[in-house]
Amino acid sequence: MAKGWKDLPIGGMILEAGNSAQYNTGAWRAFRPVRDASRCTNCMFCWVFCPDSSIRVKDEKMVGFDLLHCKGCGICANVCPVKCIEMHDEAEFGGSREMVDEPGRAGGAK
Amino acid sequence: MSEFKALDGTGAVAEAMRQINPDVVAAYPITPQTAIVQTFSEFVADGLVDTEFITVESEHSALSACVGAAAAGARVMTATSSAGLAFMWEILYVAASNRLPIIMTNVNRALSAPINIHCDHSDSMGARDAGWIHLFCENAQEAYDTVIQAVRIAEHPDVLLPVMVLFDGFITSHAEERVEIFDDAWVKAFVGEYKPKHSLLDLDHPVTYGPLDFTDYYFEHKRQQVEAMRHAQKVILDVADEFAKTFGRKYGLFEMYRLDDAEVAVVVSSSTAGTARAAVDKLRAQGAKVGLLKPRVFRPFPAQEMVAALQHLKAVGVMDRAISFGSMGNAGPLFLELAAAMKIYDAGVPMADFVFGLGGRDIVPSQIEGVFRSLLQIAETGKVSELVSYVGVRE
Repeated sequence: MAKGWKDLPIGGMILEAGNSAQYNTGAWRAFRPVRDASRCTNCMFCWVFCPDSSIRVKDEKMVGFDLLHCKGCGICANVCPVKCIEMHDEAEFGGSREMVDEPGRAGGAK
Repeated sequence: MSEFKALDGTGAVAEAMRQINPDVVAAYPITPQTAIVQTFSEFVADGLVDTEFITVESEHSALSACVGAAAAGARVMTATSSAGLAFMWEILYVAASNRLPIIMTNVNRALSAPINIHCDHSDSMGARDAGWIHLFCENAQEAYDTVIQAVRIAEHPDVLLPVMVLFDGFITSHAEERVEIFDDAWVKAFVGEYKPKHSLLDLDHPVTYGPLDFTDYYFEHKRQQVEAMRHAQKVILDVADEFAKTFGRKYGLFEMYRLDDAEVAVVVSSSTAGTARAAVDKLRAQGAKVGLLKPRVFRPFPAQEMVAALQHLKAVGVMDRAISFGSMGNAGPLFLELAAAMKIYDAGVPMADFVFGLGGRDIVPSQIEGVFRSLLQIAETGKVSELVSYVGVRE
């Protein structure tokens, strides 16, 4: 339950730094990035250019997308030098907004 | 030690600003306000203040610069009039909604068109719902005193709202009067140091001002502004009390003149209240029981207090220096709000509105005596033949 007016900072002020992570901007997404991991060279272009820090990296390898925050802008697909990221209509995924690592995407997409 | 000087309203406000020594002033010239920031800019150039004076290309930018500076934790002041205030429109709401205690003198002037540089209240009345506190002043002394009090009101932790100090263009802004200027040190002590709770320059406690605020939180923040306005009335009175103890002059939500035993009264703010006082005295000398109520605080509107002061009367005439076009009877904003308050709080007093002085049209004692005669007739018959009349317009 969101806080009432008596418990909120006045004027919409945000008093703590870094709390934008709590805002699930992925709810706005109309197109979802889907990666073909077999062709990915882990060049990290997508990680550099993603405006929402939504490229998940583990042990210096690209491992998937933070779908709670990815707004689906498609910049990653555009800058990918081997074109292994494609943008798919979000409707294909049945409305799920879960954070997933590849493979095993939420919503049963192919 | 106080000093008495011959100053016009703009000079008196500039003196108050010099003594307050704000961190930032951003302003754009517009008649009849110009003399305030022009005089103040001389104080800056002469090194009499520490203020960062930001010259800008428009009033929209002036108030935007004020908003940024206030969010950064500065004590901020500006001034404008008429079209300048209208051009600030968007940022008026930003300043109030971000809860920034900016002090702005608005020298009341008519809005275009046709273009007119003289006094009426349509500029600030149009901005009455923007979330600012509105304080009307009758003369240069009140303007000086009110700017000093405005700092304390705006910055009070229970309020944190911007304040507009209002007085009549040319009539008050450009007529020289005898003005008591307090000792610099007294004013400095009275306004104190501004210690903002949250500042963009406080790197140890970083904050965000003005973020996106959608369907999920915006309404709550508007509700908070209502609460601040509710607190403002008490703070305005507390600051007025402290001002009276320190400097000797008393201020309230409004001023009453020969009202206690009056049968009819006029409600009018700013310089015209002085003219009305003379009309009251003249008619009193002839035996007519007439009185005056001069609103000082228009936002927050002291509805119950005004009703309590007026409910014993047999007729009340509101004098509006603005028209709310298309409103009930095409009346003025002061009448509309006071008439609603009188009805809501069960004061069954007949009322009429007298619109006057648009575009600086003179209002003279004989015309206000005419208003009183109309009110005495309403009191006698209990009938309001004309809800809104226009005093001084040629038919």
